[in-house]
Amino acid sequence: MSTASPPEVQAAAGDQDSLAAILRGRWEALKGGDVGSLPVIVGIVAITIFFAAKTNIFFTAVNFSNLIGQMAGVTVIAVGIVFVLLIGEIDLSVGYVSGIASVAVAEFQVVGSSHDYPGLVAIALAILIGGAIGGAQGSIIAFLGVPSFVVTLAGLLICQGLIIQILGTEGVIGIDDHQILDVSNYVLTKNTGWIVAIVFTALLAAASLGTYIGRLRAGLPTGNIIATIVRVLFFGGLGFAAVAVCNHSRGVPLVGLIVVFVVVLFAYIAERTTFGRHVYAVGGNAEAARRAGINVKLIRILCFVISGSMAGLGGVILASRLNSVDLTFGGGTLLLDTISAAVIGGVSLFGGRGRVSGALFGGLIIGMISNGTDLVGSADWIKYVTTGSILLAAVTLDTVARRRQAAVGR
Amino acid sequence: MLELRGVSKRFGSVEALKEVDFQVQDGEVMALVGDNGAGKSTLIKGVAGIYSIDEGEIYFDGELVSIHGPKDAAKLGIEVVYQDLALCDNLDVVQNMYLGREVHDPLFRLREAPMEQRTAETLKSLAVTTIRSVRQPVATLSGGQRQSVAVARAVMWNNRVVFLDEPTAALGVAQTRQVLDLVKRLGDQGLAVILVSHNLSDVFEVADRITVLRLGRTVGVYEKNATSEQEIVQAITVGAPAKAA
Repeated sequence: MSTASPPEVQAAAGDQDSLAAILRGRWEALKGGDVGSLPVIVGIVAITIFFAAKTNIFFTAVNFSNLIGQMAGVTVIAVGIVFVLLIGEIDLSVGYVSGIASVAVAEFQVVGSSHDYPGLVAIALAILIGGAIGGAQGSIIAFLGVPSFVVTLAGLLICQGLIIQILGTEGVIGIDDHQILDVSNYVLTKNTGWIVAIVFTALLAAASLGTYIGRLRAGLPTGNIIATIVRVLFFGGLGFAAVAVCNHSRGVPLVGLIVVFVVVLFAYIAERTTFGRHVYAVGGNAEAARRAGINVKLIRILCFVISGSMAGLGGVILASRLNSVDLTFGGGTLLLDTISAAVIGGVSLFGGRGRVSGALFGGLIIGMISNGTDLVGSADWIKYVTTGSILLAAVTLDTVARRRQAAVGR
Repeated sequence: MLELRGVSKRFGSVEALKEVDFQVQDGEVMALVGDNGAGKSTLIKGVAGIYSIDEGEIYFDGELVSIHGPKDAAKLGIEVVYQDLALCDNLDVVQNMYLGREVHDPLFRLREAPMEQRTAETLKSLAVTTIRSVRQPVATLSGGQRQSVAVARAVMWNNRVVFLDEPTAALGVAQTRQVLDLVKRLGDQGLAVILVSHNLSDVFEVADRITVLRLGRTVGVYEKNATSEQEIVQAITVGAPAKAA
């Protein structure tokens, strides 16, 4: 995703630059409890093989396109969750905050009402509302020190109540606005899809090259050039492969592009900006961050604003996908799916560890299980038990990894 | 250099510091000793801006200054290395060294190259050679290495006064050696160093002068060469009339 290489790779200096040394470094890190993205990759491959063996619809271009649509909402919301988890907090309200945003985006386009706005305005308002709810919750948590678990649990109930109140009389609002419907339903033309893949790879290569030259000029260890090239080719290749598969059916869904954009943008913010650095610092040791002069309260609030805003965008995507909004929005397994996605993606519940791209991989795993069990025609209970088991495994891994890291450290 | 005159601090009815005078000069290692509850930590936190003092004056370079937060202290060039090591385990050495003072461009994008360069230079200038890579997470470092990183952070910012709160408390013999050598080098580089410690053999090894606190008051200031461990122990435990230093 982003060009940041794992610290172990950047660390390799001089004679440690060889590929063998990099692999050895990874192995050491693995033993030290830093499992990286290994479990996720193993999981994705295993799930793919399992369902592909069960049904021949699973591993097809059409289903890949569907999967993107199914996982988009959860993944975008999970990106916001990542920031809250990174500072060692939790946001239980994202499900119903996204529900509020769904209702808002539908409400703000009702033809003939006093608030019949253009689609893009309605979308912006929905995201702003989500961000405002997040900001309000974050302020209570940061200034009054109320545990986030309770504040967002209260937020969950309040938002659920508001949805019932707003939808109460009609129970359902249809969406007719084209811009809103396009969010989840527009498909890029095949050529546009290719252009996207080319631009994506070019940006990735440019960013990697920029980092490489910058470090070379500063006389710092650059890491292995071959490893860098392989990384660019791998992720660029993934981009082209995804476009190729989508183009084999209808084309690249716009919502897929939105997801990639959100993930890359927030990965950049988390890893390459002072704000992101401070988020990790607050999650790692809030007292140290405070003594270093970081405004810990502001960081906390901003993380909840991000979480609320992304829940808002997720709500828009989900509303657009079903063309209408009803009382089921924001409920069901949405909350647990989003938190599971972040945790399965390797983001620690204890704060300070994990990456934004984890939301994408976790969202993919959750999406694949849901999609696969539906295709196979399994009963719902199998879907729940499977997702639950994977979540349990992910959290256990996180806890054990954390303990091992502490053991190696001292 | 740094001087405290008549500083008092109360927590409710408890007087943690009573009209304490304290003074340290450039290039000097001043030890600050005293029993538990003598007010050592309170004094540090008052100067670092974690607590605000109730009474008294702080002079820096002969000028009266007011310190209301960690940023005020940092601006003056006063840095504290805390006993519980204010480091983030999940961040690497460079990230910790620049915590809260990251180098960035106008768009708040981090500029890693200059940060990494300067970190490596600083560690080298302090002869901290045991850290394999500045991109290692701090969690993977030993206690002595972590202490070295914390001290190096204090030095890198052209600080003029560095407080070290029990820097050797949790360390083994070899690592204590490493940190004490580092403390000496700081003094040699012209910094004013205040070493807070319970360990008198450490104190006598690196300090130039020793200030003794007892029950929130200054007992006295002693020249290391003109005193003995016995005299200091007596000053710490029962108090003693201040001796001209």
